[in-house]
Amino acid sequence: MIATHYVYWLLFALMMIGLYVVISHGNMLKKLIGLSLFQVGVFLFFISLGKVDGGSAPIVSEDVETYSHPLPQVLILTAIVVGVATLAVGLALAVRIFESYGTVEEDQVLLRDADDREQDGGAS
Amino acid sequence: MTTFVLINVTLLAILIATALTISGMRTLYAATMLTALFSLVTACLFVLLDAVDVAFTEAAVGVGISTVLLLGVLSLTRSREAVTPRLRRLPGAVVVLFTGGTLIYASQDLPEFGSPTTPVQTHPLTDVYLRQSQEDIGIPNTVTSVLASYRGLDTLGELVVVFTAGVAVLALLGPLMQPAEAREREVLDLVDYRVLRVVTGMLMPFILLFALYVLFHGDFGPGGGFQAGVIFASGFVLYGLVFGLDRAQQVLPRRVLWVLIAVGPVLYAGVGVANMLLGGAFLDYDTFAPDDAAAGQHIGILLVESAIGVTVAAVMTSIFFGFANRVESSR
Repeated sequence: MIATHYVYWLLFALMMIGLYVVISHGNMLKKLIGLSLFQVGVFLFFISLGKVDGGSAPIVSEDVETYSHPLPQVLILTAIVVGVATLAVGLALAVRIFESYGTVEEDQVLLRDADDREQDGGAS
Repeated sequence: MTTFVLINVTLLAILIATALTISGMRTLYAATMLTALFSLVTACLFVLLDAVDVAFTEAAVGVGISTVLLLGVLSLTRSREAVTPRLRRLPGAVVVLFTGGTLIYASQDLPEFGSPTTPVQTHPLTDVYLRQSQEDIGIPNTVTSVLASYRGLDTLGELVVVFTAGVAVLALLGPLMQPAEAREREVLDLVDYRVLRVVTGMLMPFILLFALYVLFHGDFGPGGGFQAGVIFASGFVLYGLVFGLDRAQQVLPRRVLWVLIAVGPVLYAGVGVANMLLGGAFLDYDTFAPDDAAAGQHIGILLVESAIGVTVAAVMTSIFFGFANRVESSR
């Protein structure tokens, strides 16, 4: 079991570290970093499913017999570029939140929102 | 075989150690630099797992673009994380232990790593992609033929996602800031370093030439539109970092970039519509050269890859310009 599944387990550990950062850290930039760690874990897991022992990169040539599967690679290739584009959207949102709240800590943003709501309630 | 296992486990151990350090770090600048290291090690692992195209993309995206973006955002916001209260860590730990346990339990059903008898390898599609594609499309790099031809519709969807993300960042960071306002400000200090200035000037043509090589050589070796677009963008990001935003935007005006962002999806979808007008299905490149299917496929793949390259380069460059504009105007 260890000899055949060790890659998957190590990658699960990697994903879980990313998930932990996303859930338990309050800083939004740290959350985004955690999200990309998780993402890389998933990418590697996908690619590892297409790997064959003694295989070669799926670029056909005459003196190669075994190739790893190209499909997971195609899916992950596009996912990486989409991943950085969505990371940029997240970062842009964080910048806007910082500009109006003066912080990127989730707790403080929620605190400010609660204060604002109380003030509104008192005024009306 | 044992060497493979040894390198694999070592690289994965480095990855996990880096991830743990990142999660414990409160100085986000250092954490960002470690994510760059993380991406570099990931790229090595991709090479080890035979995914050279993916490694190429990860090295260009993870080490280059996303590090620059994160650093830019850190200079706009706070670079120190507040201490996480102990109470907050508990639910995270519980969820992670539960999810991890479930994943490991479920992994008993997974096929052996690297075995040639897994469902992935024995599926008839494998033969189509690896053998039949040589007659259908005639391109040695099967990743390119799957990306641009067999699953062309899928890739069009991904390109639209990149396009949408680019538009979203432009909408959030207000690209309509007056250029006159930015011109009054000082250029970035990096231009005062002669070494950086001279080396950047010398590197620029080679970076752009390399991007073009990657774009047009994608049929025969690792490469293609996505990688080329990111390398192209990183050339302009380097130029903007060293010579300041104003000069970079003189070379590549924002309005031109906005048009280029839209050119890709339009060209890609246009190829599909042209195929339909020629009597085929959407994105059926065979119709470009009815007598010689492979030649038609070549034309189609080249057009589609160029469309991808243009949009990815334009989106990445304008995302960088968007963040850098904020940095300059907030000084």
